[in-house]
Amino acid sequence: MRIERHHQKEQDPKVRAKNFSEPVYNFDAETAVAEAKRCLKCRNAPCRNGCPVAVKIPEFIGKIAEGDPLGAAAVIRETNNLPAVCGRVCPQEEQCEKLCIRSRMEGAVSIGALERYAADYALERGGETTPPKGGLKGRVAVVGSGPSSLTCAADCAAAGLSVTVYEAFHTAGGVLVYGIPEFRLPKSLVKKEIDKLLSLGVRLELNTVVGKTVTLPQLLEKFDAAFIGSGAGLPQFLNIPGENLNGVYSANEYLTRVNLMKAYDPASPTPIPRGGRVAVFGAGNVAMDAARTALRLGAEKVSIVYRRGREEMPARKEEIRHAEEEGVVFELLTAPTEILGEGGRVRAVKCARCELGAPDASGRRRPVVVAGSGFEIPCETAIVAVGTSPNPLIKDSAPDLKTTEKGTITVDEKGAASIPGVYAGGDAVTGAATVILAMGAGRTAAAAIAEYIKGKGAKRIIEN
Amino acid sequence: MYRIVKKRNLAENVVEFVIDAPAVTLNAKPGQFIILRVDGDGERVPFTICDMDKKAGTVTILVQTVGYSTKLLAQKNEGGFIQDFVGPLGRATDLTEFKKVVMIGGGIGAAVIYPQAKFLKSVNRPADVIVGARTKSLIMYEDEFKAAAKNLHIATDDGSYGRKGFVTDVLRELLDRARAAPAQYDAVFAVGPMPMMKAVCELTKGYGVHTVVSMNATMVDGTGMCGGCRVTVGGKALYACVHGPEFDGHLIDWDTAINRSRNFREQEAAHLCKLK
Ligand SMILES: Cc1cc2nc3c(=O)[nH]c(=O)nc-3n(C[C@H](O)[C@H](O)[C@H](O)COP(=O)(O)OP(=O)(O)OC[C@H]3O[C@@H](n4cnc5c(N)ncnc54)[C@H](O)[C@@H]3O)c2cc1C
Ligand code: FES
Repeated sequence: MRIERHHQKEQDPKVRAKNFSEPVYNFDAETAVAEAKRCLKCRNAPCRNGCPVAVKIPEFIGKIAEGDPLGAAAVIRETNNLPAVCGRVCPQEEQCEKLCIRSRMEGAVSIGALERYAADYALERGGETTPPKGGLKGRVAVVGSGPSSLTCAADCAAAGLSVTVYEAFHTAGGVLVYGIPEFRLPKSLVKKEIDKLLSLGVRLELNTVVGKTVTLPQLLEKFDAAFIGSGAGLPQFLNIPGENLNGVYSANEYLTRVNLMKAYDPASPTPIPRGGRVAVFGAGNVAMDAARTALRLGAEKVSIVYRRGREEMPARKEEIRHAEEEGVVFELLTAPTEILGEGGRVRAVKCARCELGAPDASGRRRPVVVAGSGFEIPCETAIVAVGTSPNPLIKDSAPDLKTTEKGTITVDEKGAASIPGVYAGGDAVTGAATVILAMGAGRTAAAAIAEYIKGKGAKRIIEN
Repeated sequence: MYRIVKKRNLAENVVEFVIDAPAVTLNAKPGQFIILRVDGDGERVPFTICDMDKKAGTVTILVQTVGYSTKLLAQKNEGGFIQDFVGPLGRATDLTEFKKVVMIGGGIGAAVIYPQAKFLKSVNRPADVIVGARTKSLIMYEDEFKAAAKNLHIATDDGSYGRKGFVTDVLRELLDRARAAPAQYDAVFAVGPMPMMKAVCELTKGYGVHTVVSMNATMVDGTGMCGGCRVTVGGKALYACVHGPEFDGHLIDWDTAINRSRNFREQEAAHLCKLK
């Protein structure tokens, strides 16, 4: 039977472009049930194959259809410990929803929206039960507190292991707190998820830079195993003239100032440029987040400048649509060639138009500059969002840790790194990727860590 | 939360804090720094580790009250707490490869050179030290330097203490004198306001003496994550927080660095007004 896909209601683009509340509203109970009833309960559940942590999708949707969102949340939690996050930021259209049978008809079941519905319901009402702990003894150090680390820590704790998470920043959550903006992922929600983890008995040591405060070899003296989920935080720049002018920021700096350092609140002591014209280089989720944040800080005009075309933009489709609706201007097939300044500050970006030529190593068609197509985009702020790579701090203090040329940590299929007892996952291994892939890697590594400790026996008796 | 074990005023607008932070002392070495946040909504501000006591688990920092966060910090008292304190960050300095070193501390820069001076003294290679400031009340660590330095020279812009003039005037004399002597200086280590470090580098270039400076760039994370602290060194963008804070002063693009240090000046001034 043909039933159209239900969409979440959204704030008026003009209004939401000026506030930091979520643009998309949660389903109400009635819509959630109606949408859940669209699920055909396919026996082979193709959607599950698209999910990196294989959430039991038809099962949880079935619970929502029965009017049992708490039951649905419990089903999701069996394989995904950050459902409220994933329901908001996963690229569902590339994963589960892409494989949904209905996607070939009148539109896939809104799996992401339903996941958020169940997760938010459970977080608000509470009453979720935690499964009993396993009996494994041993100590695990987890480096970083992004999604890969949170997942690995939760799974290790569930197995019975004693877990300490070491985070460089003053707040836990990784990209979920410093990168992804408040309007896309409310920080109060991330905090609830982290509190949940702590309630499992996981210890959290903030303000600890592994490789500096304590080195990996020092940690291994005290712990049976370690997981490295330190992400890919090192920003890349374009290496074009003018990048050191005042007013040029990496997306990491811009978003960290706004999110983690709360510059969105005018009372915060963290300075940030507000208003004016902003140019953002790049077209991934990070670029969309920076552009939409700039609008919310009061920018008059925000342009996304991207070398390739619309089809090649790596951001989630929803983010691109939202950015466009909110008034972000897309300068596609356009390469920035120089940042122009005046009195030490940015005045404009010099750009050239591009054409797509033959495919490059990544398989995408390489942009080629069209001769004589130069023009200027006037702006006072320029934000570089062209990618990040892993931070070398840990590697520098642990020479035995094998990494690739790109600086990513080398691991086997179970997440084991080159040092016995050391595991890694998430962006630190793959380079900048997604929340759900990082979570999947954390889960795989946790299972391997449990196996490793079982085989070897815990190093020493747990004191507390 | 990190407890303030001791607090004393060292010079006009300069306060010394001894902070209880045992984890930081585990691996800390001279030349490294920490980042702190005064309270729950605070900025992340870097300070050099001036001294530490591994047994007591304390770290000493010097705070010059110049902006919003430093004023807020100066209002804290012994027994009080600081929200966040992370380190050691940056690379440690090693000046032991040099035989004859001049160290220059301009203003609060004295805090940065002190641990190095103390260290060189401990390995029996005490350095000549020049401490400079605008006026007498801004000179600090005089007794400490007397104990750690081979010779201590003091200069004030207004002549209210030591000799009248700039640190570069003293440095020029030392370099000239050393030219005639059998053992020349093989390194200068200068820390202070950027224009002072720039002037030192211009001078030492002429004498061909290797010069190391410490870049007090604006920082956010201190771990290489934001790129805000980037400094152009030898034509390449390096991060003061992970590749530095010390760099070869003759390779630094000073005009860009000085310009970048002014990035947020107006917004900071506006915010400072709120703090009375
Ligand atoms: C702005 C932005 C928007 C994004 N949007 C999306 C999206 O919509 N959907 C999606 O799926 N993905 C998105 N991503 C990508 C996603 O956030 C990451 O792939 C994911 O967070 C990676 O998780 P992780 O656990 O590997 O590392 P991270 O989340 O990067 O966490 C790493 C943590 O380790 C800490 N750390 C680093 N080094 C050390 C050290 N030496 N010692 C101690 N701690 C250390 C860091 O401070 C950080 O907290 C986005 C990323 C950004 C930046
Ligand atoms: S302070 Fe952010 S990279 Fe150095």
